[in-house]
Amino acid sequence: MSNINNRPTSPHLQIYRLPLTAVISITHRITGVFLSVGLVLFVYILYSVAGGLNAYALMQANMNLWQVQVIYWGFVYALFFHLCHGVRHLIWDSGKSFANNTLNCFAVIELFVSLMLTLITFIFYLNTEVLWSILHL
Amino acid sequence: MEHTPPLTISSSKGTFHWVMQRITALGLVPLSFWLIIFLNKCLTAPYINTLSWLKTPLNLICIFTWLVLVFYHAALGLQVVIEDYIATASIRFVAIWGTNLSFIFLVLIAFCQLLNILSIG
Repeated sequence: MSNINNRPTSPHLQIYRLPLTAVISITHRITGVFLSVGLVLFVYILYSVAGGLNAYALMQANMNLWQVQVIYWGFVYALFFHLCHGVRHLIWDSGKSFANNTLNCFAVIELFVSLMLTLITFIFYLNTEVLWSILHL
Repeated sequence: MEHTPPLTISSSKGTFHWVMQRITALGLVPLSFWLIIFLNKCLTAPYINTLSWLKTPLNLICIFTWLVLVFYHAALGLQVVIEDYIATASIRFVAIWGTNLSFIFLVLIAFCQLLNILSIG
């Protein structure tokens, strides 16, 4: 019984430096909760589209406030991050890619792709009129 | 010492939950890109432009499907988070059903707005 104190303990979150995969895993959950809250913002936007010209113009003015813009782009990044790690989960669910040496590689790819998608969306947002005319959307 | 697992959810319900989380996720992958285009329209385009864009059949199918999938996916996801962090069964039950009912309320508002949009012009 003397060695009972030497048994391995689980990591203490305050002093244990989480590996990248663990940081990404908890971020997936946090972004998921954050995006759920963002659904309220989506319904507000839809409500303004249904509300007519004045409601729509007010919504656009509100959404263009810099404070709201910071939150909005936070949502866009959260969406792309959650999307990328979600795809990673779907790959895991298909029973593939559990090898230890692929984990960090996938984590870096997820971060890179989600940042790139956010950047592309931002460029798209800034040059929106040019792009609409090219795409005929 | 006797271990009694919490029997609030049966194993078959757990499987259904897991599968539905994945099915909704698969649908949301392409629709997320549609959402980005829609939000970009709403934030930058003139009203008439956004309205006529949204009222095309493809975009109406997209927004309807997105609404159904996203609220279902969010409710399933938040249920897991609540189950993981709330130990007291009664509070957990209230939290899960509070979330579900809020989402049902929110999606019904969204559907009403969609009907309003269809009736414009």
